[in-house]
Amino acid sequence: MTDLLFKSIFADNLVLSFFLGVCTFLAVSKRVDTALGLGLAMVAVQTVTVPVNYLIHTHLLSDGSWAWLGLPDVDLRFLKLIVFIGVIAAMVQILEMILDRFVPRLFRALGIYLPLITVNCAILAGSLFMAERGYVFSESLIFGVGSGIGWALAVVALAAIRERLRYAIVPDGLRGLGITFIVTGLMSMGFSAFGGL
Amino acid sequence: MTPSKTLKAPLIDDNPITVQILGICSALAVTTSVDTALTMSLALTIVLVAASGIISLLRRLIPREIRLILQITIIASLVIVADLILQAYAWNISQRLSIFVSLVVTNCLVLGRAESFAMHNPVLPSLLDGLGNGMGYSLILLVVGILRELFGAGTLMGVMVLPLRSEGGWFEPLGVMLLAPSAFFILGLLIWAIRTWRADQVEADEFTLAEEVR
Repeated sequence: MTDLLFKSIFADNLVLSFFLGVCTFLAVSKRVDTALGLGLAMVAVQTVTVPVNYLIHTHLLSDGSWAWLGLPDVDLRFLKLIVFIGVIAAMVQILEMILDRFVPRLFRALGIYLPLITVNCAILAGSLFMAERGYVFSESLIFGVGSGIGWALAVVALAAIRERLRYAIVPDGLRGLGITFIVTGLMSMGFSAFGGL
Repeated sequence: MTPSKTLKAPLIDDNPITVQILGICSALAVTTSVDTALTMSLALTIVLVAASGIISLLRRLIPREIRLILQITIIASLVIVADLILQAYAWNISQRLSIFVSLVVTNCLVLGRAESFAMHNPVLPSLLDGLGNGMGYSLILLVVGILRELFGAGTLMGVMVLPLRSEGGWFEPLGVMLLAPSAFFILGLLIWAIRTWRADQVEADEFTLAEEVR
């Protein structure tokens, strides 16, 4: 279990080794505080959606899951994409309402980033990886937490680097997007070095 | 904009990946070899053209408040079809692309073009816009895919181009090209090259440094 946790945080980091959520990753990593906000939202949503999608995938969609209704031949796995997206959108909405009701400060801090997570491919990919790799429930929970933390860690680290990078003299064509990619590449090498952990 | 301009602008001047910063995730993940890059480009272009066309056709019927969820549903249905077709006719490649074909659903490029172009334009320009952006995306994918496969494995489309030392040739493959970091490096350097060529794409400096610092 700890193996899976460390693997999903470092070596199998969603953004640095599977390139998931790179668009958001680049867009919010200009400042550490916004990066931290989105990182936290990411951990929360990932922790909830992966196990929920696991339950739906095993008990409603997989082959033979409708046998108790007398429909043993029904295999709804082709629907998983639409169902996962729907669950993610609903979960984000529910999380938004819960935070607004009970932790209004965090809710205000997250602001626009919470709804944007719905279209972040790292979230959808978390659920798809869970289905593809055949995790059991406890593994799916650990994987959800770990991959969320890994994404948050990477985005906060990149934001910290970019805050310093603003004062650096960068060649014209490389300024902005180009140098950010190079830095991300270096970070990706660093994270993959944790593979032996 | 004239039709040919709608089609050509996204190739270099307004390229979805290097300028609009859309759809980068899949661009990096599927480029370890040319054939996966090609398959992915084809799948994305077809989905993008179809989605742009359908959304543009329905643009007057879609209420503003629920447009995002409708757009995603349309895109997801098209992606499921594309994924099933791939699984039926190209099982090996669809296994190697793993979840990335499904991830076209949340590819910001498809939703981005639907939202910014197809919702406001008639069907024909939207189709052309989808095709142009699909081609711009494919162009970058192909360049990165060719570089990574050629230097990482000495092959192109699985055909030996640079004879490997292990098989009596002279080329020692650069293993790092097949790993994740190299995709970031190559894309970064590619952007540098394009912006050196097209200087108008250079981003403005956030601070101007004093003369004596330089």
